[in-house]
Amino acid sequence: MLFDVAAEVTANTRLSPDYNVIALHAPEIARAAGPGQFVMVKPQAGLDPLLRRPFSIFERVMDAAGNPVGISLLNKRVGVGTRMLFAAKPGERVSVLGPLGKPFVPVDPPAEAWMVAGGVGLAPFATLDAALRTRGTPRRLFYGARSKSDLYYADIFERDGARLHLSTEDGTRGDHGRISEPLKRALDSAPKDARITIYACGPTPMMRAVAKLGEAAGHPVFVSLEPTMGCGMGGCYSCVIPVQKGSQRVFVRACLEGPVFESRAVAWDHLTGH
Amino acid sequence: MADLSTRLGSLTLRNPFIGASGCFGYGVEYKDAVDLSTLGGVAVKGLFLQERQGHPPPRIVETPAGMLNAIGLQGIGVHRFVAEKLPELRQLGATTIVNVCGTTIDEYCEVSRVLSDHEGVAAIELNISCPNIKEGGIQFGCSLHGTHDVVSAVRKVTKLPLIPKLTPNVTDVASFARASEDAGADAVSLVNTFLAMAIDPETRTPKLSNGLGGLSGPAIRPIAVRMVWECHNAVKIPIIGMGGIATISDALEFFIAGASAVQVGTANFVDPFIWSKLIDGLDEYMTRHHIATVADLVGSLRVPSHNHA
Repeated sequence: MLFDVAAEVTANTRLSPDYNVIALHAPEIARAAGPGQFVMVKPQAGLDPLLRRPFSIFERVMDAAGNPVGISLLNKRVGVGTRMLFAAKPGERVSVLGPLGKPFVPVDPPAEAWMVAGGVGLAPFATLDAALRTRGTPRRLFYGARSKSDLYYADIFERDGARLHLSTEDGTRGDHGRISEPLKRALDSAPKDARITIYACGPTPMMRAVAKLGEAAGHPVFVSLEPTMGCGMGGCYSCVIPVQKGSQRVFVRACLEGPVFESRAVAWDHLTGH
Repeated sequence: MADLSTRLGSLTLRNPFIGASGCFGYGVEYKDAVDLSTLGGVAVKGLFLQERQGHPPPRIVETPAGMLNAIGLQGIGVHRFVAEKLPELRQLGATTIVNVCGTTIDEYCEVSRVLSDHEGVAAIELNISCPNIKEGGIQFGCSLHGTHDVVSAVRKVTKLPLIPKLTPNVTDVASFARASEDAGADAVSLVNTFLAMAIDPETRTPKLSNGLGGLSGPAIRPIAVRMVWECHNAVKIPIIGMGGIATISDALEFFIAGASAVQVGTANFVDPFIWSKLIDGLDEYMTRHHIATVADLVGSLRVPSHNHA
């Protein structure tokens, strides 16, 4: 089901001078949302910005009785629309269309789920983590950012039972460098017969590196891609991803066939404009 | 409820609101947002004989009150369309207008022939105006002889209503409407997008992979309204107007300027639930102004005598 909700802002939490988590009252979308799905957001009526922008559904917000009543978005202040979402006050309304896209397929135990996030690429993993936790699937979160103050929510994932592997580019927490390093060490030290499914979201070079490592170790890798989108509904053909189908390379719409793709299907050499 | 039906030659639409080609996929993508049988029509994405992959991303960029696109007519080709999409469109009760592309006159004719052999195609919109591909389309749409030649050739191979889609990237769009009418077109649709460009000053590169793109959205609306008005004064065949329509007030400008129907594109990206708002808005307007039929509204511009438009 598809819903267009004029969602009231119920909370807006600043994480840093550029990042915030905005909570929106949208029970219909929260009930229907699967792990890793996205919504198309327009912060206010009018012509600037004109188009909606895609956002991963970060958390499903529950009421005291545990019923889904809303969603939150992990936002980084970059352009006109994200500045509005950064500054939005409780009581204001934001237009939200969704849920959209194919969700992650969570693995069941005894397989393990390894989530690999780069920066704001953490966004689709809170819902996936919740779905995995329900199944009792062992989880690890590999999470890289610029600095320790940018590793938002890492401790919440740990509290909820995920094993953490962290890295920062400035070395202030976890490994000094990229997240692919601790991932490689963990893959190297995993038992030969371990069944591991890797889920990745972040900058394209990071996802590509993760895909290479995971595939080399023989594990399935799913990446959540975030191309520029015009409509999120399959109407405009702007969000296409090059994928290999047999001997042919074809463009498919990330809004309909993604945003989650099996890494082996993606023609990484031809992935441009992201 | 007022009578919202409108006529395009032999084709009667239940209302004058059509999903614009290139902005509405193959129609079926929107079936969860709107009952396609409630629309005046669904203009599906442009079709060549063969599948096309289109341009690499980035394919769109937002500009003030508008957007540039250079998709490059990615499409599944006419044969897959009639096999995979047309049956569902029929089942959903859509009035399907198929946008036909070609790199040669023969290709336009062949695609039109294939469509004419299948149930469920209400009309052919001839795409002679896509600004984003090198061969075909625009080379016909920017030459009066080219327009006449391709329209008359397709006219000979199909009895379906034939609607050339005109480009605004010419000096006098009305002369292209006349050339279409002379060649046997049943209606014309206008405008396709305005050839345009956006540059990233930091990298000094175009923001689109194709370099140039087509501008759509509210930014172009007043120019499109003017062009519909010029065509209305030049031809007798009906006009389908489009260009930045986002509200019923926008659509009314086009009807009053001379459009018998309108297509909505970019605004559908923002609000896929726009259709019932447009239909209800037209009903409310016609009731309030005691206008019995859409035809009474079309071209009803009042020009004060001291100010000839």
